[in-house]
Amino acid sequence: MTRKRPKADVVIVGLGWCGSLAAEELTRAGLDVVAIERGPWVEPAIDFAPGVDTDELRWDTRRSMLLPPAIETTTVRNTRFQKALPIRDWSINEWGYNAGGSGTHWAAMAWRFTPFDFQPYSMTVSRYGAKQLAEGLIVQDWGVTYDELEPYYDRFEKIAGISGKAGVLNGQIMQGGNPFEGSRSSEYPLPPLKTTHLTDLFSEASNALGYHPFMVPAGNTSEAYTNPLGIRMAPCTYCGYCLYYGCGNWSKSSPNACIFPALVQRSNFTVLTDSAVLKATLAPDGKTATGVIFCDKKGDQWEQPADIVIFSAFQMQNVRLLLLSGIGKPYDPAKREGVVGRAYCFQTVSGANLFFQDKKFNHFAGAGALSAQIDDFNGDNFDHSGLGFIGGAGILVVSRGSRPIGNADFLEPNTPRWGAAWKKAYKDAFQNATGIFGQGTSYSHDEAYLDLDPEYTDQYGQPLLRMTFEYNTNDRRSAQFIEDKSVEIGRKMGAKTVIGTNSAASSFTPYNFASDHTIGGAVMGTDPRTSVLNRYQQVWDVHNVFVLGASSFPNNAGYNPTGTIGALALWTARAIIDQYLKNPAPLVKA
Amino acid sequence: MTGYAGTAKAGVVKEKLPWEPGSLNAPVHGVDPNGPTYLTPVERRLLTAIADRIIPSDELSIGGAEAGCVTFIDRQLAGPYGRAASMYMRGRFVKGTTQQGIQSAMTPAERYRKGLHELALFCQRDTGKAFEALPPEKQDDILSRLENGRIAFPSIDSRIFFEQILQNMREGYLADPIYGGNRDMASWKMLGFPGARYDYRDYMDIKNQDLGLAPLSLRDRTI
Ligand SMILES: Cc1cc2nc3c(=O)[nH]c(=O)nc-3n(C[C@H](O)[C@H](O)[C@H](O)COP(=O)(O)OP(=O)(O)OC[C@H]3O[C@@H](n4cnc5c(N)ncnc54)[C@H](O)[C@@H]3O)c2cc1C
Ligand code: SF4
Repeated sequence: MTRKRPKADVVIVGLGWCGSLAAEELTRAGLDVVAIERGPWVEPAIDFAPGVDTDELRWDTRRSMLLPPAIETTTVRNTRFQKALPIRDWSINEWGYNAGGSGTHWAAMAWRFTPFDFQPYSMTVSRYGAKQLAEGLIVQDWGVTYDELEPYYDRFEKIAGISGKAGVLNGQIMQGGNPFEGSRSSEYPLPPLKTTHLTDLFSEASNALGYHPFMVPAGNTSEAYTNPLGIRMAPCTYCGYCLYYGCGNWSKSSPNACIFPALVQRSNFTVLTDSAVLKATLAPDGKTATGVIFCDKKGDQWEQPADIVIFSAFQMQNVRLLLLSGIGKPYDPAKREGVVGRAYCFQTVSGANLFFQDKKFNHFAGAGALSAQIDDFNGDNFDHSGLGFIGGAGILVVSRGSRPIGNADFLEPNTPRWGAAWKKAYKDAFQNATGIFGQGTSYSHDEAYLDLDPEYTDQYGQPLLRMTFEYNTNDRRSAQFIEDKSVEIGRKMGAKTVIGTNSAASSFTPYNFASDHTIGGAVMGTDPRTSVLNRYQQVWDVHNVFVLGASSFPNNAGYNPTGTIGALALWTARAIIDQYLKNPAPLVKA
Repeated sequence: MTGYAGTAKAGVVKEKLPWEPGSLNAPVHGVDPNGPTYLTPVERRLLTAIADRIIPSDELSIGGAEAGCVTFIDRQLAGPYGRAASMYMRGRFVKGTTQQGIQSAMTPAERYRKGLHELALFCQRDTGKAFEALPPEKQDDILSRLENGRIAFPSIDSRIFFEQILQNMREGYLADPIYGGNRDMASWKMLGFPGARYDYRDYMDIKNQDLGLAPLSLRDRTI
């Protein structure tokens, strides 16, 4: 028996960054919002207090804040002619599982994508001609431009309290920032974080090579801060228990620290925690959704009726919910038709491992996003003529805080992994080993997609999502190019040993933790034949369903995704308030 | 039935911040000396000998056994980790490609049970002695052969078994002493890792120098 809750104006599925940002806008506009969150409520000051948070085994090694694969995973294969099998253990599927989502345990690098990343098709064709695009590569414009999103990036950065230095302010290049970034309308709310010996070495070396280093914009507060919602944040202590950990200091940008304290005080906002949404329900004509069905902790099923349904359950889960709800046409790779699950993509990572001598990098001190980067080889910031690929990578070093268990294999090649020789080598490497990380762009391919697995199910008996993915030629070429650049910088930094790394050089496996930035599968665009969503992240076919998250990205940029996810969530919330409420219909003509 | 109150099993958050400390997978601290254990005395003896080869005692630190690695592993295996509580364990279990990872119904605890048994049998057959009774060089030789897959066991992939042990030994040696290993923060002293410290603001401007910080643990094991 399915019981029914009172109808809401809006039901939000999943309360990570997307769900929280949307909820903040929509409740402020007076709408009655119910958010349904699969995981528990967490309180930074209690769940992540300094005496709880500083526990590598619990939070990092055992991933205690993430969704266990036991509850839900995906199946995986490299080609559609293989049998997909479930990912049974921790993998690149690092899904949030608490109010706050992955925004609670993320590293908090808070980027804007470049203008090129939103218009990769038109900009590539106009600069190089269509021949630059490899066969089968999916490259299409998003339907929204950087300039349109700029005010929403600005708002996100102010809510989140981002520390950084503008590189291009109102069209003017600024000293110390990223000269390749899209033009900004204001400076970052906080100055950049302190540097470390590692970021200094990287900046000096890349400067000497003629590149343009800058400190990565960080969701770790360089100073005390009060955000536009009136919420206060304390200065980051560089504790280094950041990536995979919560922050007990109110210093890491997260929905928990930056939005919930204001949101939960509003009487038109409700969160149902420990409750998993199974699917949306559709009106008989299939043109609108009527609400969602969810299952509470006890296993009882409920219906939450609503006028507007927002999926903000993370990229993979958004695609799965669309498929389970029968919204949009599933992608058929044989016919190259359909849209849901199409244009799934990951991130191409290459770089270099560096081993120094007699250093005291003190890697244990740092912050999730404390990093120095160059963008000289990112996006379309360099001439790709004759290179045979598009895109590139942000090339960076990270001082995010290293822990003993997680680094125990970070050793020079051919070092024993146990015994007295391991102990000696590890003692040395703990201070001397580091890496250069090329976080790459990626473009999907006709053969990379998501659909429902025919065999494996979750605890509710619903099919798991099936991931079919292999790196394509464009990925491999760009990764090789970035590896070579990273090796060059590593040598210039004076490392004794420099070893190139390249995740795209071998077959894709979800157990290579180079990145967890899966994207696409329910992309936004200008044409309903190649996108699920219009430029407002509104489903073309079912106009009261909006889908927020990296599932909307038709391609991945050489950055982490969340700044763009956040800006897009705010952009969509504004479109709902300013346009959709007045005229509940498709906001763009198909 | 409709209505709000009936949603009792969903946590409802409205107009206040609720909190129940520790609702996020509380750790199996295992500081309780009478807490549950998993290993049999025979298994414990064998694992103790292995611990001292994976992490031998030398001038850098005490060895794995003295550091408490076996106690650590025992407690982990008796808890949710040992039961594979976080892993997807639904069938079918079909052998796949390397990229698809391990497809096995065996939990970490079962890997130990089978693997230690196979290792004991192997040593008896191959050398006529128990692993514990062999000289260190011979023990190392057997462990490297396991590591490289040069010994085949009938009931478990020897490489998977070795990787399981290596990972957990390192965890026991390197995790906070609160879990029963890393006695006196021996590994942290070796590495120069300051442990459970939460504020480096005063140290960020001291670059490329030894900070001389003594490590701290979440709880002193003597308490
Ligand atoms: C370890 C790690 C480090 C990262 N570091 C960075 C970084 O430095 N910079 C960056 O930009 N990005 C980073 N990311 C990515 C970033 O965390 C995500 O892009 C971002 O949090 C996504 O926000 P979201 O709102 O789309 O989804 P999420 O934060 O995943 O929120 C989705 C929510 O939906 C809930 N949910 C899922 N399914 C259901 C369901 N069926 N019913 C009800 N609720 C459901 C989940 O429990 C979750 O709380 C990192 C991610 C990880 C895992
Ligand atoms: S490094 Fe800073 S932001 Fe990260 S957890 Fe520590 S105090 Fe919080």
